[in-house]
Amino acid sequence: MESQATYNYKVVRQFAVMTVIWGIVGMLVGVIVAAQLAFPTLTDGISFLSYGRLRPLHTNAVIFAFGGSALFATSYYVVQRTCQVRLISDKLAAFTFWGWTVIILLAAVTLPLGLTSGKEYAELEWPIDLLIAVVWVTYAVVFFGTIIIRKTPHIYVANWFYGAFIIVVALLHIVNSAFVPVTLGKSYSFYSGATDAMIQWWYGHNAVGFFLTAGFLGIMYYFVPKQAERPVFSYRLSVVHFWALVSTYMWAGPHHLHYTALPNWTQSVGMVFSLILLAPSWGGMINGIMTLSGAWHKLRTDPILKFLIVSLSFYGMSTFEGPMMSIKTVNALSHYTDWTVGHVHSGALGWVAMVSIGALYHLIPKLYGREGMFSKGLIELHFWIATIGTVLYIAAMWIAGVMQGLMWRAVNADGTLTYSFIESVERTYPFYYIRLLGGILFLGGMFIMLYNVLKTIADKGEADDAIPQVAAH
Amino acid sequence: MSSFWSNWITVITVGNILACVWLIWWTMRKRDGESAEGDVTGHAWDGDLQEYNNPLPRWWLWMFYITIVFAFGYLYLYPGLGNYGGALGWTAQNQHAAEMSKADEKYGPIYAQYRDVSVEELAKNTDANAMGKRLYLTYCMQCHGSDARGSKGYPNLADNDWLWGGSPDMIHASIAQGRRQKAPMPAAQAMPPWTPVLGEEGVDQVVEYVLELSGRKADADMASKGKELYMTNCSACHMPDGAGFHALGAPRLNDNIWLFGKSKSQIRDVIANGRNQVMPAWKEMLGDDKVHVLTAYVYSLSNN
Repeated sequence: MESQATYNYKVVRQFAVMTVIWGIVGMLVGVIVAAQLAFPTLTDGISFLSYGRLRPLHTNAVIFAFGGSALFATSYYVVQRTCQVRLISDKLAAFTFWGWTVIILLAAVTLPLGLTSGKEYAELEWPIDLLIAVVWVTYAVVFFGTIIIRKTPHIYVANWFYGAFIIVVALLHIVNSAFVPVTLGKSYSFYSGATDAMIQWWYGHNAVGFFLTAGFLGIMYYFVPKQAERPVFSYRLSVVHFWALVSTYMWAGPHHLHYTALPNWTQSVGMVFSLILLAPSWGGMINGIMTLSGAWHKLRTDPILKFLIVSLSFYGMSTFEGPMMSIKTVNALSHYTDWTVGHVHSGALGWVAMVSIGALYHLIPKLYGREGMFSKGLIELHFWIATIGTVLYIAAMWIAGVMQGLMWRAVNADGTLTYSFIESVERTYPFYYIRLLGGILFLGGMFIMLYNVLKTIADKGEADDAIPQVAAH
Repeated sequence: MSSFWSNWITVITVGNILACVWLIWWTMRKRDGESAEGDVTGHAWDGDLQEYNNPLPRWWLWMFYITIVFAFGYLYLYPGLGNYGGALGWTAQNQHAAEMSKADEKYGPIYAQYRDVSVEELAKNTDANAMGKRLYLTYCMQCHGSDARGSKGYPNLADNDWLWGGSPDMIHASIAQGRRQKAPMPAAQAMPPWTPVLGEEGVDQVVEYVLELSGRKADADMASKGKELYMTNCSACHMPDGAGFHALGAPRLNDNIWLFGKSKSQIRDVIANGRNQVMPAWKEMLGDDKVHVLTAYVYSLSNN
C-alpha cells in the first residue's frame, strides 16, 4: 500500500507552518502589551485591547499556539523517523491539528472578551479546557501508539522527553483545571486558598518544566545531532538528566510562593528541589553543546546550528538563574519585579523560540523536498536580529528588576520607605522602551522567517519521504 | 498535620533525593558488553542518529552532589520534612517578628520623642512634618493620592472639608480606629440604597434637589418634590440645610465638593445604590507614636 510506505508529513507540515504564523501572532500581541507598559494610555477605553486581557492572550498564544505547534510538528516528525514507522493513525493526527486550531481560535476570542478562569497560563474557561483534554489524550494515543508499533528496537532519547512532556501536561492540565462550572463562560476553581495557589503553581512551574523544557529538549535531542551530523555527546548523561529532571521538576512549584501563606515546609521543599534541578537541567545543555565537539567549525557557516547552540546557551543561563532565584534570600529581592519577566523571556525567547526556529529551518525544506531553505542569508539575518532582540529584552528587564527590588526595600533613617511604588514605575520607563525595542526586533525576525518559509515552499509541491527498510537485527 | 502526612512528606522528599543519588550510581556502572568509553553505543536511529558512550562529566557530577548535600543540610536546619521544624527553629513568622521588633527598637525612639507634643504644635514642626509626610507616602497615598487631594471615593485631605471632623482628636480617631470599622452602629453609618424606598422617580427628584442644594442648575419642579423626600428621608443624617453630620460621616451637601463624582449620573448612582466606604484602622499596625505624627501631618495640610 502506497500510504504505508511513506511517513505522514501532512500533519507535520500543517503544524510547522502554523508554528510560524502563531509565533507572529503571539509575539505581536507581546509587542502590543510591551508598548502598553511603555505608553500606558495607548489603548485607553477599548476593553478588549486592555492590558489585562491581552497579556493572557500573549502568554497563551506564545506558549500553547506557537510552542505547542512546534512541539506537535517536531514530535510527529521525530517519532516517525526514529521509530521508522508511519503515525499510527492519520485521522487522529488530523483531529489533533484541527482540534488544537479550534482551541487557539477560541482562546483568541474568549480572552479579549474577558472570559477567564483567572489562573495564570490556564486562563481558558472550562468548555475549552474540556476540549484541550480531549485533544491532548488523542495526541497521547497517536504518539504512544506510534512508539508501540515502532520498527526500531530501542526508543530514541528525544521520544523519552516528548513522552514525559505529553503525560505530565495531561496530568497538570486535568488536576489544575478542576472546576465548578457556573455558566458556559464562568467557573470556579475546585480548590481554595493556599491549596489553590499551590496547585496553580505546581501547574505553572511544570508548564515551564514539561511544556517549555522537556518538550523542547525532545526537539534538541533530534535536531542538534541531525544538523551537526554528530552523535549525541553522552548516552549516560541523557539517562541521568532525564530521570532526575522529570522527578525533581515536579517539586519546584512552591518557589513561586515564597514568603506567602504557603506553609514553611512546602516553601523549603520547593527551594531545595529547585536547587537540585540545576544539574539535571545543565545535563541537557551539556549533551547538546558537546555534541558539537569536533565540529565547532560548522558554527561559523551554519546559521541553523547557531540558532540551536545559542538556544542551548540561553537554556543553560536561565536554568542557572532559576535555581538562584528560588533561594529565599534572592527571591525576597527578585519576586514581583521585572527580573522575573526577564528570566522567563531568557527562557522563552532565548531557549524555546530559538530552538524551535532552528528546528523549523532544518525541518521545513525536508517536508517539502527541498535542498534547504530559500535563503541562508536570511536565516543568518534572522539569527542576529533574534539574538540582539533577546539580549536587549533580558538585559533591560534584569536591570529594571534589580532596581525595582532595591527601591522597594530602601528605607529612610526614620524607617519609612524611601520610594513610593510609582517612583519605581517611573524609573522603569527607559527599560520598558528598551524591552519594547527588543521585542520588536524579535518579532521582525519572525517576519523574515515567514518570508523565507513562503519562498521555500512556493510552487514546487510537497514531499512524503519513503520509510526505509528496517535493517535486520 | 497528622503524623501520617508528615511521614509521607518526609519519605517522598528524602526518597526522591536519594533516588537521584542511586540514579547516578546506577548509570555510572559498567555493564557487560557495553562499548568502550568514547565509542558510539551501537544503536542508530533515522540513519545517522547515534550516541557516544561518554562518562558523566566530572565537574557536572560534583555540582550535582553539592546541591544534594546542600539539600540535606537545608532540610536539617529548616522546616521542610513534614512536622520537623528544623534545627534552627526558623519560621517565616519568627523572622517577620524579629525584623519588626528590631525595626521598632531602631526607629521607635525617633517617633516617641514627639509623644507629648500637641498635634497643633507638631503640625508646625518641620522635622516631624517631613516624617509624617513620609509615613503618609508609605501608607496613605495609595488611596488619598500623593498630593493628599484624594480621588473618586477617597476624600481630599487638603481642603478642610471633613467627613468625620477636622479637629486633631477627630483626625486622630479616623486614622487610629479607622471609619466604619468597629462603630457602634456600622449600618447606621452607611449610605443606604434609596431606590427600594423612594422608587426611580423619587430618586430622580432627590437628585434634582441635591443639585439645587449645591448651587447648581436643577429642574425646579422636580427639586421641590425632591425637597419633601429629602426632608423626610435624608435630613436626619445630612441635616435639613445639607450641612452634613461629622458624627455619622455624612458628607456636606450644600457645597460643590463630591466624593463620588460630580456628574448628575454619578450623584444619582450614589443615591440609588448607596455607598459604604471604609477607612482602615492603623493603630495596631503603626502604633500610637506614628499615628500621632501622621495626625499632625494631615492636620497641617489644611491648617497652615
